[in-house]
Amino acid sequence: MIKEHYLNITFVVLLLCVPFFGLILDEPYYITLATKVVILAIAGAGLNLVLGYGGFVSFGHAAFFGIGGYVSGILASHALNYYPIIEWPFIIEGTTQMLIILPLAMLASGGFALLIGMLCLRTSGVYFIMITLAFAQMVYYFAISWPAYGGEDGLSVYLRNNFPGLNTMNGLSFFSICFVLLIIVLFFSSRIVNSNFGLALQSAKQNPERVAAVGIEPIKVQLIAFVISGAITGLAGALYTDLNRFVSPSVLSWHTSGEIMVFVILGGTARLFGPLVGAALFIILEQFLGGVTENWQFWLGFILIIVVLFAKGGIIGMIAKERYSG
Amino acid sequence: MLALSTVIALPAFADDHKAKVGMITTLSGGGSGLGIDVRDGFLLALKGNDNIEVVIEDDQRKPDIAVQLADKMIQSEKVDILTGIIWSNLAMAVVPAAVNQGKIYLSPNAGPSALAGAGCHENYFNVAWQNDNLHEAAGGYANSEGYKNSFIMAPNYPAGKDALTGYKRFYEGELAGEIYTKLGQKDYAAEIAQIRASGADSVFFFLPGGMGIGFMKQFAQSGIDLPVVGPAFSFDQGILQAVGAAAMGVKNTSQWSKDLTNDANVKFVADFQAEYGRLPSLYASQGYDTANLLASALDSAGINDQDAFRKALKKADFASTRGDFSFDTNNHPIQDIYVREVIKEGDVFTNKIVATGLKSRSNAYVDKCKM
Amino acid sequence: MSISLFLEQVLNGLQFGVMLFLMSAGLTLVFGVMGLINLAHGSLYMIGAFSAAAIASWTGSFWLGLVASLTAAAIAGVIVEIVIIRRLYRRDHLDQVLATFALILLFSEAMRWIFGAFPLYLDVPDILSGTLNLPLGIEYSKYRMMIIVVGILIAIGLFALISKTRLGVRIRAGESDREMIAALGVDISRLYTLVFALGAALAGLAGAMVGAIQSVEVGMGEPVLILAFVVIVIGGIGSIKGALIGAILVGLTDTLGRFLLPSFFKIFLNPSSATDIGSALASMMIYILMAAVLIWKPSGLFGNNAK
Repeated sequence: MIKEHYLNITFVVLLLCVPFFGLILDEPYYITLATKVVILAIAGAGLNLVLGYGGFVSFGHAAFFGIGGYVSGILASHALNYYPIIEWPFIIEGTTQMLIILPLAMLASGGFALLIGMLCLRTSGVYFIMITLAFAQMVYYFAISWPAYGGEDGLSVYLRNNFPGLNTMNGLSFFSICFVLLIIVLFFSSRIVNSNFGLALQSAKQNPERVAAVGIEPIKVQLIAFVISGAITGLAGALYTDLNRFVSPSVLSWHTSGEIMVFVILGGTARLFGPLVGAALFIILEQFLGGVTENWQFWLGFILIIVVLFAKGGIIGMIAKERYSG
Repeated sequence: MLALSTVIALPAFADDHKAKVGMITTLSGGGSGLGIDVRDGFLLALKGNDNIEVVIEDDQRKPDIAVQLADKMIQSEKVDILTGIIWSNLAMAVVPAAVNQGKIYLSPNAGPSALAGAGCHENYFNVAWQNDNLHEAAGGYANSEGYKNSFIMAPNYPAGKDALTGYKRFYEGELAGEIYTKLGQKDYAAEIAQIRASGADSVFFFLPGGMGIGFMKQFAQSGIDLPVVGPAFSFDQGILQAVGAAAMGVKNTSQWSKDLTNDANVKFVADFQAEYGRLPSLYASQGYDTANLLASALDSAGINDQDAFRKALKKADFASTRGDFSFDTNNHPIQDIYVREVIKEGDVFTNKIVATGLKSRSNAYVDKCKM
Repeated sequence: MSISLFLEQVLNGLQFGVMLFLMSAGLTLVFGVMGLINLAHGSLYMIGAFSAAAIASWTGSFWLGLVASLTAAAIAGVIVEIVIIRRLYRRDHLDQVLATFALILLFSEAMRWIFGAFPLYLDVPDILSGTLNLPLGIEYSKYRMMIIVVGILIAIGLFALISKTRLGVRIRAGESDREMIAALGVDISRLYTLVFALGAALAGLAGAMVGAIQSVEVGMGEPVLILAFVVIVIGGIGSIKGALIGAILVGLTDTLGRFLLPSFFKIFLNPSSATDIGSALASMMIYILMAAVLIWKPSGLFGNNAK
């Protein structure tokens, strides 16, 4: 059994090896794959905050992922088409500056989380799961029916958004931006979890009455966690649009919510690096198995079941010793 | 140094008539039947052809996977040509980026209007049709049959809206009703009740895949006795067996049918049956034609001079299963669109041509293309 | 808009609701008694439809196909319960979600492996094809009427089972206090397997009956699964009564919504926008309904505390 801290460092090193090898072997596709893993890990990290630490299972995180994605897509496409978003009462034009798009995406998805969190957090257990799903489905059907931004066809964005000083069309540069953001998100998460706020959140998961008895309203704590979680997942969504240079309602489907949950659970809930490990494993399986057989989804399902049944606590739970704190 | 560059130059010269094709299509999940047909038709045409290497990947009907596969094909596999995408939304995700990176894309199916009009590109060729074509022919046929009060229906997404727009472009009568259903909806009881109450004299619908199967069966059950017209997408060879007797007598429009009598088609149908043990669908014929178009251009012009290659593609000098084949200025086909009727041959449901819906039809977006 | 059209739509909503009830009854029992979230319930629906299609093609009899759907789904349910689900009861909901999500992948691909990529043929038997003439000028499909009748009969049967039989007593006791009934000597494993198999059989039957008028293809169970979850949440977990009422509510809301909303908007908008907004709203309707119910009654209409 290895200390979780060392395990985390190992994972980071392993992750960085992939684009490195991609570079020296002249296989830019590996860099794309690594970037996808990083972005999905960010989405999972957002979900982990409420799922792992907060203990409430949101089946609607695709909504935040998609909202972040569409904010990025809409702003960028308006800029590339030289067409303002609103002309009255004042002109708002699009933009392709990442430094503007990413905070806006987080604001939008966090805002949506605030709105629905106030309603959803009045329920618990499977009811919470379903009501978060309901809201995500509403956003999904809305996006399909809204013709302005392509509906089902989606929205294409030809170029990557701009980051000062870097050529984002270069795979490695874009990967670096995403990687740095992942590290920032994980650092931020660990600080939250280990703060008084985080303690209150985790206590509310185990014993809400106790927390209330101490004078903290569990719902307030949970709502703040939900908003932060939504914002982080929204950030991932915006980056995903940038990676693919495309966004469509399919990122809003419940399948996406399910997949993000799978990453988190696979890696190990309430483990800081769980989402990263889970996302990496899932993508690797998808790629590797897909190359071997047309019926790869069968084997993927099979492997996932084995992992759930025999690797309690996810992959990290299987390998690591006690939880890392501090 | 000179010797080195000669060695490098020589293979390139010898490889001029060889090419690598990346096929991204749907091979898993619902709707995979179409991708499998396109792939099978494509590979059948290239049987025995050593000049073309094909790399095939499954897009799972997901736009983001399709985009990543396209990246992989272009960056890792270093393909010269891309093809295969079935669905318009995936095509919109992949094609603009790919053609802007200098890769040639030959579409064996999806023909969104955006890529025929303002988004057209010299590297993009559509070998099947423009999305509206089959619906336009249905509208034309409705006129010639004297239908005056049609009830029309399609799912509420861009291809569905294009379908009804296409029908209305040629249909001149009144509309008893115009409904957009939910994408993926399987139960049409509500809509069928409305058809019954509307006083329509005909029904036109576009409901690809399982949606159409459900609708046809339920419509046949409902006791409403109205003529039905639709595009081939709901009545292709793969889907028909699942619909069964409910589809008998329905008219559907298609640019291809297995009973076309030209030599290329007769050979295609026989070869396809021999190789795969089933009758081909229009998707298979589209895959077959795409491969033959590619091979013909490769033989005549070679891949290294892109301009010459594009010209060779545009010339479309190959034996198409549809008979005469040519491209219009926006790289979409000019072809006859037929009206077929669903019949039963022995144990198998299939189609036979009963009329020509539109002759030498191009598409409505030629003027919007600035090529 | 005529009375007969409106009433026909009500019947359609009822039929849709009844089918959802068949799906949800099993789901709510499994969740209520065993505390297990089963995402693979939709796969059991699919297995029922595929078995029915296969047997009906082979034997030429629709009725044998229906029997096959019940048996195949029940057997699949038993196998899955014994091999996998059994190990998940003590685990938390997350692990159950992951494992049953993996089962969806597995079953879908298995069906494609066995039966191929194209949809299968399943049609209504001749005796049930065509329409009935009902009062008030309504012409209604005989087959859909049969579905409504079968659904109501099964609902009555389930109520009788739950309230009047020993098994029903055990089920209700199991919902209230799992450990207690084990302590009282009831064979929990067998009870659970039985409940799971019952739910599976109902789902399989629903799949077969609906497959005859829709399509039999891979992935057909997933949209229905989501709706079934919506139903049991609205009705309250563990309550058969809740499942029935929730299902009818959802069925009616969806059918009438799809029919009335676009017409409503056509009053003051042009047809194209009316259809756009009307259809969008109609798609979202069920979810709006569920959210509204949960905000009013956080445990559903007839549910007790959330587990």
